[in-house]
Amino acid sequence: MKRPVPTAAAALATKLRAGPDGFIRLQIDERDWIGLAMGCAQGLQDLLALWVDDDAAHMGLGVPALKLRIIVSVPLKRGSFPSVAKNHPAACRLERSIRDLHGVEPKGLPDQRNWMDHGKWPSPPPSLKKDAARRDAAYAFLATEGEGLHQIAVGPVHAGIIEPGHFRFSVNGEAVVRLEERFGYTHKGIAALCKGADIATAARIAARISGDSTVAYSYAYALAIEAALKWRPPPRAILLRGIMAEIERLSHHVNDVGAICNDASVVVLHAHCTLLREDILRTANQCFGHRMMMDRIVPGGVAADLSAAGAEAIQALLARCATNFEAVVRVYDEAPSLQDRTVSTGNVSAELARRFGAGGHVGRASGRAFDTRLNFPYGPYEALDFAMALHAGGDVDARVWVRIEEVRSSMALIRQMLKLLVPGPLMSVMPRARASEGAAMVEGFRGDIFVTVRLDDRARLVNFYARDPSCFQWPLLEAAIEGNIVADFPLCNKSFNCSYSGHDM
Amino acid sequence: MRSLLFKSLLEGSAVIAPPQPGSAAVTELAEALGQQAHARLGRSLAIREVDAGSCNGCELEIHAINNPVYDAERFGLKFVASPRHADVLLVTGPVTWNMRQALERTYAAMPSPKWVVALGDCAANCGVFTGSYACAGAVKDIIPVDLHIGGCPPPPLEILKGLLALVNEMTK
Ligand code: SF4
Repeated sequence: MKRPVPTAAAALATKLRAGPDGFIRLQIDERDWIGLAMGCAQGLQDLLALWVDDDAAHMGLGVPALKLRIIVSVPLKRGSFPSVAKNHPAACRLERSIRDLHGVEPKGLPDQRNWMDHGKWPSPPPSLKKDAARRDAAYAFLATEGEGLHQIAVGPVHAGIIEPGHFRFSVNGEAVVRLEERFGYTHKGIAALCKGADIATAARIAARISGDSTVAYSYAYALAIEAALKWRPPPRAILLRGIMAEIERLSHHVNDVGAICNDASVVVLHAHCTLLREDILRTANQCFGHRMMMDRIVPGGVAADLSAAGAEAIQALLARCATNFEAVVRVYDEAPSLQDRTVSTGNVSAELARRFGAGGHVGRASGRAFDTRLNFPYGPYEALDFAMALHAGGDVDARVWVRIEEVRSSMALIRQMLKLLVPGPLMSVMPRARASEGAAMVEGFRGDIFVTVRLDDRARLVNFYARDPSCFQWPLLEAAIEGNIVADFPLCNKSFNCSYSGHDM
Repeated sequence: MRSLLFKSLLEGSAVIAPPQPGSAAVTELAEALGQQAHARLGRSLAIREVDAGSCNGCELEIHAINNPVYDAERFGLKFVASPRHADVLLVTGPVTWNMRQALERTYAAMPSPKWVVALGDCAANCGVFTGSYACAGAVKDIIPVDLHIGGCPPPPLEILKGLLALVNEMTK
């Protein structure tokens, strides 16, 4: 093999047409595969996803500036493929998961430790290659050496009402020298459960990958299925999907702004924000019959209509929200004691955000101008008008401001969509099933969710893969906390608010 | 800041009227606790929550019972950070194999008498995750459960009703 050189996805994709889902698909050899990974590290393209399916490894790549998305595939050779992480560290945990779940070896993977497999499963994942060796479950955390260093081990069970995960802090006095995360505790084998399932069953599972993003996951799953089957949802459904997605975003951003203030000890703002969130969830329940709008977006359309009274309830909610949230924002903006905690705390550099392709508020607070709704628009967003919330500070404060601005834009988006809403059917008829595949990206409140599916000719899933935005954000939290005091960890963590369940799947 | 504080003081409370303890919960508890006499806990419960593998939807609704609308603390329902301080273990999710040990250890760390509430459909029967190689089972397959609160996720009012039934039963 000739020495690989950093390769631009755009160069490989010239003259190729994208499928109905907007992704170009391309078979490549190992040399180009390595070259593309090197290209990711150099910033020629973003790594969107990495997965293994039957006898090939697949990599999703994006070049937002060129509106280009491409899925490249390389055949497995003796159960292995060249490690992407070797050249592009953002892929490291994805590849460690692939090893654990498929027994496929990313050749040259720099970190050989398990990730999802804690050595507890009585029977191996069905996706594991039959001849794959089960590895030792012993887990060594990275060493830190130095006078006066000590370690604080936190989790998997945390002090609050939160998901399980383990944090190992190496601390010098108050300052964090290194944080190392360990996850996989909530691994539920979701990809394997979806394999062989029919479209509707898998939809309910996909909706529960990360409950806080249930609308976004259902949305991404529906788009992927629809792309595979060339299935077009009716116009009313497209708008209702957008409305639900923005309500979900609103509920979390509002809540998290409050929770960040709470971690900075301004409890009254938290109380106001939880009230706002409750108001939003009740309205969602009133309109769509479920507080979190679970299972309301389904392949082919939506499972709940919005009545005229519901639309009015949303308008009224937005009016209340605007007043009450702006009151919170005013306090946040004016309280030096709050700013003292959030400004210059938990920094993520623009370079790191780019290298990891961090989406959502984590990326946009560090100058990474990417929002799926604008860069790779889908559904209603093609026809809607809003500006990207973008900040360069990279600290907790910048992440708060991105969220504040997104609360405002979500409200404006909902208003626009309500105006466009015309009567019509909620579902369209499913086209004839055929062996096919589809991929989709949706901007959840946390960032870009990637989902891909492969179907057989009886409309059963033969492959399912999803990549949570947290996969590219969790590693940055390790960097963000470095040099900060331990007591600021909750604040930093909340400003990210990554998903454990979405990451672990 | 001052105007917001004044507004918060003057606007009156957002809290809802106390709900009746859930009737299904009362029946299940009567069976679980039987005629056994329980030490009076002063009508308050210290709750330790453990996510044993949930999708985090259940956690969001548990958070909600602490908001000013449901205000669980007025009923003496208080979430504590350590199992050592807890009367009740509130568990969500199908118990994953990777969380099983942590759940067992948390339960073991609680002083007696102790109660376990399994919250959400996953905690009751693994929900959509039934049959996965990664799930060890429902909560009752791992530790003894006194009360189930069903739903995916159960809305805050249902959570509150279930927990209130538990307080009432235990302090009879
Ligand atoms: S019951 Fe529903 S909301 Fe709760 S953990 Fe299970 S899937 Fe998530």
